Amino acid sequence: MGTAIGQGSGSSKHKSDRISPRARRAWNGAAFYVVGILIAVVMFLPFYWSVMTSFKPDEDMFSMPIQWIPTSFTLDHYRKAFTTVPFGLYFWNSFFLATTGVALNLFFGSLSGYAFAKLKFKGNSGMFRLLLAAMMVPGIVTMIPSVYVLRHFPLTGGNDLFGDGGMGLMNSFWGIILPGASGTFAVFFMRQFFLALPSDMMEMARIEGCGEFRIFWRIYLPLTKPALATLGIFTFQAGWNSFLWPMIVLNDPDKATIQMGLQAFSFNFQTDYGPMMAGALIAILPILVLFLALQRYFIQGIAFSGIKG
Amino acid sequence: MISAGKLEKSRSSAAARLGRHQARMGYLFVLPTMLLFLIFMVIPVGMALYLSFTNYDVLSKNDWIGLSNYGRLLQDSLYWQTFVNVGFYAIVFVPLNLLISLLLAVLLNRAARGVKVLRTFYYLPTLTSAVAAATVWLWLLHPEYGMVNGILSAFGIVGPAWTSQTETAMIAIIMMTLWQSVGSNMIIYLAGLQGIPDYLYESARLDGASRFDCLRYITWPQLRPTTFLVSTMAIIGALQLFDQAFVLTQGGPANATKTPVYLIYQQGFNQLQMGYASAQAFVLAMAILVFSLISMRLNKSEEPIL
Repeated sequence: MGTAIGQGSGSSKHKSDRISPRARRAWNGAAFYVVGILIAVVMFLPFYWSVMTSFKPDEDMFSMPIQWIPTSFTLDHYRKAFTTVPFGLYFWNSFFLATTGVALNLFFGSLSGYAFAKLKFKGNSGMFRLLLAAMMVPGIVTMIPSVYVLRHFPLTGGNDLFGDGGMGLMNSFWGIILPGASGTFAVFFMRQFFLALPSDMMEMARIEGCGEFRIFWRIYLPLTKPALATLGIFTFQAGWNSFLWPMIVLNDPDKATIQMGLQAFSFNFQTDYGPMMAGALIAILPILVLFLALQRYFIQGIAFSGIKG
Repeated sequence: MISAGKLEKSRSSAAARLGRHQARMGYLFVLPTMLLFLIFMVIPVGMALYLSFTNYDVLSKNDWIGLSNYGRLLQDSLYWQTFVNVGFYAIVFVPLNLLISLLLAVLLNRAARGVKVLRTFYYLPTLTSAVAAATVWLWLLHPEYGMVNGILSAFGIVGPAWTSQTETAMIAIIMMTLWQSVGSNMIIYLAGLQGIPDYLYESARLDGASRFDCLRYITWPQLRPTTFLVSTMAIIGALQLFDQAFVLTQGGPANATKTPVYLIYQQGFNQLQMGYASAQAFVLAMAILVFSLISMRLNKSEEPIL
């Protein structure tokens, strides 16, 4: 590791050579912790501040100077957040959309990723390159026509065979689930992992008369469990945090996601900071819990996207 | 007895059959992905181009009007202002983002007790959704009772009304997105740092290089591909800024934080001028594409970004 830079014996031409190396190392260590902890405090302060606010009574919130440690504690803000808008329902909607997205992406992403990595067929690399190239297309370009496509989806939401007459998949959860059901990132990510696995297991299984789907499902897929966990978490986070597309597709207030609900709440109750903080924390909580439980998969996912560059 | 030639022949025909079967299964496996890709990517991209030449408004009109959307766009000062806005955002945000996340990574790239805990703390803000983060920052930046101005006043500084002044509104968004994004870029840089071989540092130290020299002449050049990736992604992201501006400032005050995506959203989905909005989206996409191609060309020695 490149960690030992400047911590030791190195050069002696500096003026600091009157100080013993040991004292210098101790000083370096102390400085590291002071700086490191200071930055950690800065990064954590917004969380601390919003948690404190969410439990403070109103009169303590609007007092100067700031009360860093609350003197009294109340759950009123949470109660208000849940009763003025159906946050519970929004929470459930988001949870449903995110988990469905995870399940479909894991399945289709690994199925296609496996085919692109391991099976020989004409157009394999051509199709894969096309998928990758399309990652450069910004979401906003396809957004308006995608609404058109959803609205005129045949035989759904009151539409006839030619996609006329009804709302199609607009204002339905499918309008959010389907476009993202097999994301290019999922395919690409899984393909990389299948590429690293040896092909001789496949040959052996074929000789034994094992079908192609069973080879994928029983032999190769179980070997990618860590990758599936990383991808699953990534997809969940993206689904849970997504905002613009659900806002466009869903009009029915009962179908709103938690991000939409939170935005509407903070727009309509602009001075009600207590319930706003309570709502924001509720919207953050699931990802936070997931992260604390499965930290290393998060880090692997980020590191992967970095190394590929 | 089967002759050797016959055996050879039947074996090769079996292999061909197996190959055909494999190909069929391959197509079957990629079918769902390619079908969704066709419906929600290929068709929409084609349609976006078509719609940009029409006056489509969902309800009644859908006529070919040639280039007039693009003509109107050239005159549309608000549209170009949104580009200036995200341009300012990118010029401030991207270098700061690179610098801070690199410094954090260098700081935490050591085997000391508690480093993992610190990494966790630096990473926490990246878990928040843009909406939740903006909601929290609305309160943090409250002119009278917010934490930021509270801390500033402890030093005798009177903080501005961050989100409601034209000069500071974009700064507020930049501060918030920095808080939200340096953690994940730090992880990418950490992965990059771990790929730098130790002997480079060791020999530099032997030659009497200072710690700063190592950073300047070893770490920074060695991390070039990582920096390229992080900055390209950050600029592409900046051009598509939306959530933060929508929640924190609603594009205001006086359109100071209105972004191209925000404008396209309003034009297309509030005013239902989908033809014109498509033209705006197409020009934005071209800007992003040109930018990506330029940065790929600049970095030709490296692999393409994806």
